[in-house]
This record gives sequence, C-alpha cells and structure tokens, in this order.
Amino acid sequence: MSQPYLVLDDVSRIHGSGDLAVPALIGANLTVQRGELVAVMGPSGSGKSTLLNLAGALDRPSSGRVLIDAVDLSALSARQLAGIRRRKVGFVFQDFNLVPSLTAAENVFLPLELDALPLSDCRLQADQALAEVDLDGVGDRFPDELSGGERQRVAIARALIGERSLVLADEPTGALDTHTGDLVLRLLRDRCDTGAAGLLVTHDARLAAWADRVVFLRDGRVVDTAVASDSDLPLFQVTP
Amino acid sequence: MSIPNSLLALLAEGPRYGAQLKSDFETRTGGTWPLNVGQVYTTLSRLERDGLVTADGPPDDEGKIRYRLTDRGVEAATAWWATPVMREPAPRSELAIKLALAVTSPGVDVTSVVQVQRRSALTHLQDLTRLKRAPARDDNDLAWYLVLEHLIFATESEVRWLDHVESTLARTRASIRESADQSTVKHSDQSLQEQR
Repeated sequence: MSQPYLVLDDVSRIHGSGDLAVPALIGANLTVQRGELVAVMGPSGSGKSTLLNLAGALDRPSSGRVLIDAVDLSALSARQLAGIRRRKVGFVFQDFNLVPSLTAAENVFLPLELDALPLSDCRLQADQALAEVDLDGVGDRFPDELSGGERQRVAIARALIGERSLVLADEPTGALDTHTGDLVLRLLRDRCDTGAAGLLVTHDARLAAWADRVVFLRDGRVVDTAVASDSDLPLFQVTP
Repeated sequence: MSIPNSLLALLAEGPRYGAQLKSDFETRTGGTWPLNVGQVYTTLSRLERDGLVTADGPPDDEGKIRYRLTDRGVEAATAWWATPVMREPAPRSELAIKLALAVTSPGVDVTSVVQVQRRSALTHLQDLTRLKRAPARDDNDLAWYLVLEHLIFATESEVRWLDHVESTLARTRASIRESADQSTVKHSDQSLQEQR
C-alpha cells in the first residue's frame, strides 16, 4: 500500500490553558490515501471542524503530528504552511467561498496566480479543471451568474487545480437540494477515484455514505469507524 | 397488495404470460425485489377468481396461458394510480423496542447500543450508495435508481432518529441530574436550618 497522503498521528488540540483548557480533539489517528474518500461524522462540538483545520494546515496541533504528502507540518514556518495550503490542499466549504468579483476561471486559478504562474497557463489549467467538473464554457461567468450547484463545482475545480491532491470538504452540500447535493458528491467521489485524497466532514449520513470509511467523533475522540463492505450483500428481500 | 396491483398495472399495457409478468416486474423495479414465479401464478389465479383478469384465449402449444385485464381489472389498475398507498399499522420495530428497553434497563450503555446500530446503518448506506454510482442511462436504470433512493432515504432516516435518540437522552439525563442536584442542595439547606 502506498504512503498515505494525509496522516494525523496521535493529534490533540487543546484551546486555552490551565483551568480554562478545553480539549477540542484528543489523540486522533487518521490516514487518507490517494484514491480514498474518508468521511468524519459527529454532532456539533465533537471536534469535526478542529480536525479539518488541522488536516488543512489552518491550525497547529497541541501535540501529535500532521503529515501531508509525507511532509511533517510541525517543522514548517507559517510561510511554509501557507505554501502547503496553496499547493497541496483544496478546501470546499458549505458557502462555496468564491470571490464574487472574480470570474469562475479566475476563482479556480487563484492559487496558481498566487504562485506567480503565467496568466495564460493559469487560464488553460482553469479551463481544464472546469471541464473536469462538467462546467465547460462557464469560465467567464461571475459567481452570482451561477446556480448553487455550479458554484460548488467551481469550488471543487479550484480545490483540485495544479498539483493539489488533498481536498477537504466541510458540509459541501449544506445549501443544496438532495439532487444537486448528490451531483456534487458524485463529482468529489470521481475526483478521489482518479487519484485525489478526500476528507469530508459532515453530520449527514447520506453524504458520508459516499466515503470508503466513515470515522465517528464524540467529544473530541475518534470512537468508531464504519467501512464499506466489498461483498455482494443480499440487500433486498426475495418474495417468498 | 403490491404484487396484485403491480401485475394489474403491467397487464394494463397489454396481455402477458406469467413468466413475462415476472420478468417485466423485475426489470421495471430495477431487480430490487425478485419475484417467485409461483407467486405470480397464485396471484393471477386470485385475480382471475376476483374477476379482474381472464385468459386471453386458449392455452398455447406449451399449455401456457396469456392473461389480460377484464373491464373491472382496467378500473382497478386505473384506481391504483389515483389512490395513495395505504399506510399499514406500524409493524413491530425491533430497533425501537431494543432502545426503549435499553433506556430503562440498568447497566446498559445506551450510547454504545446507538453507535453499534449507527455503524451498521452507515455500512448499509455505503453499500446502497455504491450501487448508485453509475449514472442512469435509460428508464429502467432510472426505475432502479429511484427504488434505491427509497431505501437510502429510509436508512438515512434511521440514522437521523438514532442521532435524535442520543441527543435527547443526553439532554434529558443532564436535566434530571440538574434537578436532582438542586433538590439535594435544597434538602441540605433545610437540614442546616433545622440544625440551627
């Protein structure tokens, strides 16, 4: 088996200190391979967002290690962390987080532009990324000219542009109807099937079911995991 | 009543042999609930007895009978589309019974009972979701997809109910503890005053 793309090794995150210390995540171990989609489920306050922020190098653990593509983030400076976020990690949020004054293509190639890639290359890669999420020809439209489902597909295209291979999704279909939500999840699943590593945080079992593994969090601890079976189960009753 | 009504609906499209009805039923519901051919013939006999279907001519060379709807059968098939499916009295749910007993049984860790069920439901949901990954290409795929979605929504609803059980339990137990603590404080205040 190849090296996991994302590793959380005995990771804890404690907010505050002394008597006011609040443990948000305690001793979490988690790996995500390329080609794998892992879902994290749990009620509000269980540590889902903390885990996602640590996995995306937006926060540092109080103890333990986070590795992305075999790079230990604890050894990196804030500037280096920003580089990792830009080049290795893509985020997909419930409210899309697109820049309203930029076109769909400009939103998608923003991480490349920040890395000073020539604009013509940026546009080429953005158009390819948009085509991969079935949004050919919408590159010049602004976010407010797109439907909710289209905006989220732009966000997925942005999350996986360039060499980015880790996509972190936080309730990515929260504002969408079930049909559009399914389209978004199908797309995320496809991108993982073709080599990305995906981590999906949700309280919604319907979404989590697209994942290969579902990790359950309670009070900051990983308490259980559900793994999709590979067998052809008799799912339906045969009429006697 | 799902099988008799389904057979009437299929026969409304034209006369069919029993084996044809079996294969049409399975194709049109995405093969979700395979039918026993014996049940098709038993159902056809009952429908014939009730005057809803009749033989469409004499048996063929192999002795097989083709069936068609009578006028009353046509009316029954049309009425089925126009009326809601009757809600049967709630069947005994082992899960609801198990959790009701768990909540009231001393020494049972309800959270763990809930989580075991949740994990199993999620695994089932993952299996169902894997089946729908291939997009629908024709009407038969669409039928299968919609039946699958019915099962997905039902399993999702079980998980939502389990989440609700867990949060309700946590809230209720916390509030019971709180009022017990308050009454202990009140009680000790009274005792102190009496002692004075």
